[in-house]
Amino acid sequence: MSEPDREQVYAAPDGKPQSEQPRWRKDFPIDWPEDNYVARRDFTKFLVLTSLAFTAGQFWIGFQNILRKRRGEPPLRFIADAETIPVGGAVTFNYPDEHDKCVLVRLDEATFAAFSQECTHLSCSVVPDPERDCFRCPCHEGLFEMATGRPVAGPPRRPLARVRIEFKQGGVYASGIQERTS
Amino acid sequence: MKRRMTRQQKTTIVYGILSVVLILVVLQLWLLTATMNAYLGGDESIIWPAAAASLVCFGLNAGLLRYLYIMERP
Repeated sequence: MSEPDREQVYAAPDGKPQSEQPRWRKDFPIDWPEDNYVARRDFTKFLVLTSLAFTAGQFWIGFQNILRKRRGEPPLRFIADAETIPVGGAVTFNYPDEHDKCVLVRLDEATFAAFSQECTHLSCSVVPDPERDCFRCPCHEGLFEMATGRPVAGPPRRPLARVRIEFKQGGVYASGIQERTS
Repeated sequence: MKRRMTRQQKTTIVYGILSVVLILVVLQLWLLTATMNAYLGGDESIIWPAAAASLVCFGLNAGLLRYLYIMERP
């Protein structure tokens, strides 16, 4: 003799007895306990898939890092003659590739600084604002200190990538890129 | 003899597994954003340890999912 099935086959989500349920729910009964179980189980499966995607993302970053290291340091490139840039003036240039916009600023008679123009928030081009002594991102009003490239206002959290500069026979040369977290 | 679990027991287990998986996935999300921030900032030191930690989290999640499949086997 088989045991009767003690599983609750139908239980309305509001917990009220069958007689108090609205007509539409009586006409279209759903096995809610089973529905709950299947929904949670499938959500768990989806989360495990998401977990796999995050793991793949981590390894993708690792491989991108290997590729970046293989590319090595970019070559030395002439930017401008130091004499042609007035104090407070700026010169834009592309480094290391033609799509990577950078800016060289003259802070005083003897001090120059060069940074990538790519905002560390969402990659808009920052522009020098000599009156406020900073670089300004027009997209979300991010501000970066002109001397150091550190973020001082707005959404960016990382400083601008610094372009290393060298001086040779009166000329200013770019010799590398330094990404920074703080 | 293997005792068959009731649906209520299975639902309780699924809730437990779901909670653990959810916590691990949130941890992985945090790891991914922190690693991306470090990578973009030129800091390479945490990339592979974070990838290993994420892989461990995925392993735990996959193990829990496997248990779910075993539980459903007739």
